[in-house]
Order: sequence, then C-alpha cells, then structure tokens
Amino acid sequence: MSDRNGRGGESDGAGAANTLTLDGMEVSFEPGETLYEIAERHGKMVPTLCYDERLEPFGGCRLCIVELEGSRNPVASCTHRAEPGMVVRTHTAHLETHRRTLMEMVASENREVDVDPLSGYASQEMATLVDRYDARTGRFAGHRSGVSRPDDDNPFILRDYENCISCYRCVRVCAEQEGDYAISVKNRGFETRITVEFDGLLKDSACTFCGQCIQTCPTGALADLKALANRDIPGETEKTRTICPYCGVGCSVDVMTRGDTIVGVQPAMDGPANEGALCVKGQFAFDFVQHPDRLKTPFVRGDDGELRPATWDEALDRAADGLGNVVRKHGRHAVYGVASGRAPHEAAYMMQRFMRAGLGTHNIDNCSRA
Amino acid sequence: MSNPLRDMEEPDVYFCIGTNMTEAHPVAATRIKKGLARGARLVVADPRRIRLAEIADLHLQLRVGTDASLLLGIAHVIAREGLVDESFMAERTTGGVDFLEHVREFTPEWAESVTDVPAADIERAALMYGGAERGAIYYTLGITEHVCGVDNVQSLCNLALMTGNVGREGTGINPMRGQNNIQGAGDCGALPTNYPGFQSVLDPANRAKFAAVYGREADLEKGMTKVQALNLAGDRIRAMFIDGENTVVTDPDRQHCEKALGSLDFLVVADIFMTETAELADVVFPASGWAETDGVFTNTERRVQRVRAAVPPPDEARPDWWIINELARRMGFQNFEFESPKEIFNELCELSPLYHGLDWDRIEHGEYQWPVPEAGHPGTPRLHEDEFPNGRGVFKLIRYRDPAETLSDAYPVWLTTGRRLASYHSRTQTGRAKGIDYLLPEETLEVHPDDVAEWGLEDGGWATMASPRGEISIRVQATNRSPRGTVFASFSFADTPVNDLTGGGYDPDTDTAELKVCPVRVTPREGLGRGGTGA
Repeated sequence: MSDRNGRGGESDGAGAANTLTLDGMEVSFEPGETLYEIAERHGKMVPTLCYDERLEPFGGCRLCIVELEGSRNPVASCTHRAEPGMVVRTHTAHLETHRRTLMEMVASENREVDVDPLSGYASQEMATLVDRYDARTGRFAGHRSGVSRPDDDNPFILRDYENCISCYRCVRVCAEQEGDYAISVKNRGFETRITVEFDGLLKDSACTFCGQCIQTCPTGALADLKALANRDIPGETEKTRTICPYCGVGCSVDVMTRGDTIVGVQPAMDGPANEGALCVKGQFAFDFVQHPDRLKTPFVRGDDGELRPATWDEALDRAADGLGNVVRKHGRHAVYGVASGRAPHEAAYMMQRFMRAGLGTHNIDNCSRA
Repeated sequence: MSNPLRDMEEPDVYFCIGTNMTEAHPVAATRIKKGLARGARLVVADPRRIRLAEIADLHLQLRVGTDASLLLGIAHVIAREGLVDESFMAERTTGGVDFLEHVREFTPEWAESVTDVPAADIERAALMYGGAERGAIYYTLGITEHVCGVDNVQSLCNLALMTGNVGREGTGINPMRGQNNIQGAGDCGALPTNYPGFQSVLDPANRAKFAAVYGREADLEKGMTKVQALNLAGDRIRAMFIDGENTVVTDPDRQHCEKALGSLDFLVVADIFMTETAELADVVFPASGWAETDGVFTNTERRVQRVRAAVPPPDEARPDWWIINELARRMGFQNFEFESPKEIFNELCELSPLYHGLDWDRIEHGEYQWPVPEAGHPGTPRLHEDEFPNGRGVFKLIRYRDPAETLSDAYPVWLTTGRRLASYHSRTQTGRAKGIDYLLPEETLEVHPDDVAEWGLEDGGWATMASPRGEISIRVQATNRSPRGTVFASFSFADTPVNDLTGGGYDPDTDTAELKVCPVRVTPREGLGRGGTGA
C-alpha cells in the first residue's frame, strides 16, 4: 500500500514515514488511524464486542487488546492510535488466553449465549466469539447481567437485559448516530444497568423506536420483536437488498424472508443514504405488504353498481372499452393519467408513455402537488 | 436537493424552514443532529415548536403563511450588514443590484409586524446564516404548500445566491422530497409540461425526439395539472386512470374531490389496497407492492437506486408497468411490447439526458446521483458547482402575499397540517403495520393549553372543527407545540378527515394546494364521544 501522504512511500529521513510493524510485517497507515483499524484492514480478525465502526472507539470490552513493544501491558487496539515505528502483535498465546478468559466471563454472566439471528443485525457477534474461544463454561457462574424489563409492553424492542454485557453500543448508537440520547446507564461494575430516563418505559422516553440499538446489540439483549414474532416460520432467512418504501431519503434495507414470507427488515450498514440508520416506519412498518387486505384480483363494477372480482381478461377489456369510449366520444384529451410517487420508475414512465405515445396527450401528472 | 445527504453533516449553520424533519425525514435529521454535536448552529423557522425547534439555537416561530416576509426581513439584514458575497453575486448571478435595492424597504420591524417574529430574532438569524462560511437551507412542504409556494422557494434561492451558499460542500438549497419515489415520478416525465428528464413538451426538438421513439405525436399543447383536471372532471375530463394514489384522502377538499371522481364517465385505479379512491372506480387493478417488484427509485438527493422483489405478489397482483403495458395493448396502441422493468428503465435512460449515462446494470449499487450525462460519468452529487443550468442564478423580487383565506369572525383560528413520525400519508400502509397503533392510536388536534381553556375545550375531549368546506370531530390535545391561535393536525386517519376542511387556495404557478394554512372554527363538541360527523 502506497504512502497516502504523497511522499511516494519513501522515508523523509526524519522518521516520519507512517509505517509500523504488524505481526512481523511492515505496514503503512494514515495519521489518526487506530491499531484496530489497521489490523482489520490486514484481515487480522481481532475480536471485539464493543466496537461498531460508525461509533467513537470505546475501549470497553478489552477483547481487542494487542501487544505493543515497549508497553508493559497490552493496549486496547480500538482506542490506541498508530505511531510510526510501533511493533504490534495481535495474536500471541498470552493475548488469546486473556481473550478466552474475558469471553468466559461474559458468557457466564449472560442467561443465554445463543439468540435467534432475527434478533438484530449484530446479534450473533457474542455467540460467534464464544465459539471461537471455546468459552462455553460456567467458570464464573454466580454473577448475572442486568435486569430485564418484561413490563415494557412496546411491540418493537425487546429489553432482555439478562443478556446484556454492558458494551454500551446501544447507548452510544442512540447518542452518536441517532442523536436522541434516549438510552443511558446507571450504576457501575456488576450493578451496571442499561436504562432510559427515570428507569421507565421506552415509550415515555426520548426513544423514537428507530431500531438502531437492536441492530448494534451484539448479544440480542435488545432485539427486534417484530422479526422474532416470525421465528417459527420454517426455512432459511434470506436477505434481499432494496430501498425503504416510505419517505424520499431512500434508505437501503435488507428485507428478510423465509420462503414467501417477509419476516423482518434490517438496515444496510453500507446504504449510501442511511449508513445503517432507519426510522420506526422503515424498521418496523413493513408488514402492510402481506396484509390480508391486499388486493388479490382485479375488480369491475357490476350492473348492480357494486365492485366484484373479475379475471384479468375481463378487467383489462372493460378498462380498454371504458377509456376507448371516452376517447371516441370526447377526444383523447378527455382522459387524464395520474402516476404514483410510491411505485417505481417503470410505473411512472409507462403511465406517461401510455398517455403520450398511446393516447397522444400530455394529460399526465403525479401526486407531488398535494 | 442541490447537495448530497452526506453534506448534511458539514454546514456551520443550518437554516431549516417548513420542515418537520425529525418526523417526516428522520434519518436525514440524524445527520443534522451529528452536525450540531460537532458544533454547528441551527436556525429553525416553523409556526410550531417541533422537535427540531427544541434542539435549535434559534426558533423563529412565524405565523403560518408568512414565510416570504420573514425571508425578506432576513435578506434586508444580510444586505445591510454587508454579509453579501459580492464576488459570487458578480460572477454567478443576475438581477442582484435590483434585489439589494428591493429588500431595503423590508426591515425586520416590518417583517415582525407580519410574522410575529421579534425583529431582534430576525436580525440574529440573518447574522447567523449570512455570516456562515457554509450555510445550508433545508425545506419541505411547509414552504411549498401555500398559494405563494413558488415565491417562498425563490425567496430561499435569493438568500443562498446573495450569500454564495451554493455549489459547495455543506451549503445549498435542499428540498426534502416526501415520498420514496416522488423525485422519480417527475424524472420519468409524469408531468403535463415535461417529457422524461424534464424536457419541455413545448420544445419542437423534444417533440420530434419523442415522436420518433413513440411512433406518434402528442398534442402540441401542454397538458393540464391534476388539480385542473379534477376541477374540469365531468366537463372536459371524462375519464381518469390513477395509479397508486389515494386521491380523495390525500388531496385537499375531499368533498370536491369525491364529486370530481364521481362525475367521470369512467375511472380506472391500480393500487395495492381497496382505497377510498379505488372504491369509486369502474375497474380496479391489483398492483404488486414494495418488496414484490423489481424497479428503480430516485431519492431526494437524486440518487438512482434499485429496488428488488423479495417475495411474490399475492395471487393475481401484477407490477404496475405490466398492467399499463397490457392495457395499452388492449387499447390497440402500438409499440407497447415491454417484457421487463429493465427494458423500460433502459428506454428511459436513452431518452433522458439526466440518466443517459445509466442503465439497469450500472445502477446495481446505487452510487450514481443524476445528472449522469454519459456512460463513464461519475454522476453529480452536488449541483451548481460551476454554473447554473441557465448560466446565472436569477434573483426574483418577491413581495409578501396573504394566504388565500385569512381569519374572520366565523373562522378565527389558523389550522396548519403536517405529518407525524409513526404514520404515513393516509395510513394505507402504516395503518396496517402491527404495533404502529401503540405509538399513534388516533389523530388529535394540537391546541395551546391557554386556547384550550379560553375556547372551553378539554384536554382529551372532543372538538368540532369547521372551515367553509365542512366540519369534522377531533380529539383535543393540549400542547405547547402549538402557538396561541394556531392548531395542528395530520390528515392520516380516515376517521379524522382533515382534508375535508383544507383547499382554500392553490399556487397559481404550480397548482400546489395551500394545505398549510386554513382558517377554522374550533368549538367544544356537544355530548360524549365522536357523535355523528357533520357535513
């Protein structure tokens, strides 16, 4: 990788070249980069539970520690900025032992390690690391995580704090990404509790139910209740990348399906408009699509004046006759087309094409005037 | 938007006017909140004390419909204080001399007399925006849904032009589009005045170009707007084909709208639900919906993005494009042989200069913002960096005009309408999503607590609200979000049809309805509960 400061990769003799030694290999870095970011870039798979690349480094879980020559103790790589000439080791036996011990501590503190992947985007991070470090033991049994809030009857966000590891990702995402500061922390040490103002319900707090906390939670302590309600639907969960159907911001989402059923929505962390954010509508208001009220067949108005189901052939012929009669009687400018601001381009394009190329009139508009 | 969404984290000063962004565009609002955390300052102009106003450095709580006079007062101060970007005005704009002369008479004291915003606050706002290195304007329907909507937008353009806040990172004039693909509907030419790509129907070159591809000429005259069409329904307009719009609920003056659609000889509607509008139709086509249809949306920052089918549509429902294509064939129209959304989108790209460098495969990852004039072009995240479409930015000399209807003894209260976070338009979608009722079970009328007392209402009780077009029953919510003398409601709930009341006037240029201003009378409702809704 070339030197991004434009010095052509050569040292200027003053020891200012931005390179360090990472697991025996000389690598370059950008000023301000953390050791974790550099290690990630080189595929070192340094473990972490409190890290979310969108958030300020926190240094809470201590799993990402690395050895730094000249430093007596390992340092948290997520908060430690790179300096020229550093010698860094990411995977020594000592570090791995330390990480395993940490994982055993969090694993035994939590009621469950395995949570349903429908819980949220990052919900498998803890279980994955527990497996990687073979840390399924009861070595530190006795202490327990937070106190769950079954009294919070909101239909969107599960608050199962007995699976909380106090990584503060929910607190930080709510403050730094959403800007709502709804989630807070009380007490310290084993008594640490994730909560909201006055220890109350989410509904009575500054929470807007955007769902960012459930998507960054690495343990499923905060989880997507609407998706979990579909956990018994059989089949593998598949994800389809698309765009949210609500406002004009155009957030990228992954629609989760099992078979032909939509089971939930997750934000696309790399969505250009939203970068992992959604709002309550985009996150939770997806199930209108498969609502029983959907129109499943064409309808035509019968002689009795009532709309009744019809075949496509019948409905199309009826519509063509009806519009054709108006054109014959009153001319092509007596027909008006309204395109949707909700349907895709192809619908709006075809609607104007129908009016212009088909009928020969510019009597076409969309719903933007209301 | 002139600038990309990512620019929303970069301004020194935000000027948000007529945009309830934390509710209507919540994810965009997160970027403003990040900018504020970084130290940027926020000026909010809105009649209501919305969430954005609560986190603002300065809230200009103007009387509804007086935006143009507020903006004249701000321009006056910017000019007077020498905060004008003279080199930008000289190099990039025209009409600036006249404009600076024009605003001399509109002092902040005059603006206060119209808007009720203290002159000192108008001065502060002008110093903040005018003094910013990077000042950015964001607006939504609170600016446009007025009889003077175009004036309001041009007033904002004047501010940006006089301060040179255009064409650079963290600046710009940024309308937030309200629907997922409302930008796209315009891009595709679903407008009476424009072919796809905003190419005028009056330009002979455009007519020839489309006649060649479409195989027939459209009429030389431009078409009429939907508002005009509804006014002429049963007269010059005898049939309508409406795709995916619940016109009778979302348009103003519901009675007028129902009467218009009812007077047609023939109405065809395609939708995903049996909406109030579909119920009036002669033929209803079942359309495939979101997550069932492959296609393209363009967002508010002009980003062209693929949407994809994840599940099949229910039973006989079909994509809108298929329905329209099939109906065209039954009508005997030539050249309607489309078999995929890809073919359709690619034809659009051929014909639109804005999309000409795109095709179905190139937009796979959504990295392009139009215009993309030719293949290989990187797209245009930021407009007007070097020049304006017509060369120079033109100052417009705006004067304040009253709303179509003003207060009277019969209708002494301002009603303004808008959106709420947990509901969307007429709730055909959010109303069918489980859990949303937990957050928003019903519509309420937001009334200042002192007005609640003075008008003999009760917090949580029922009121009758009337305008010259009708009356509705609505539950009262006492809240300081509303200023004295102004009430607020959304039109989301079918049982609280606020648009029975609205529709007093339209912008003469755009036919956009004045949904943000409607004089009403609010009185306690006799008896318990909703009772029979009147008129």
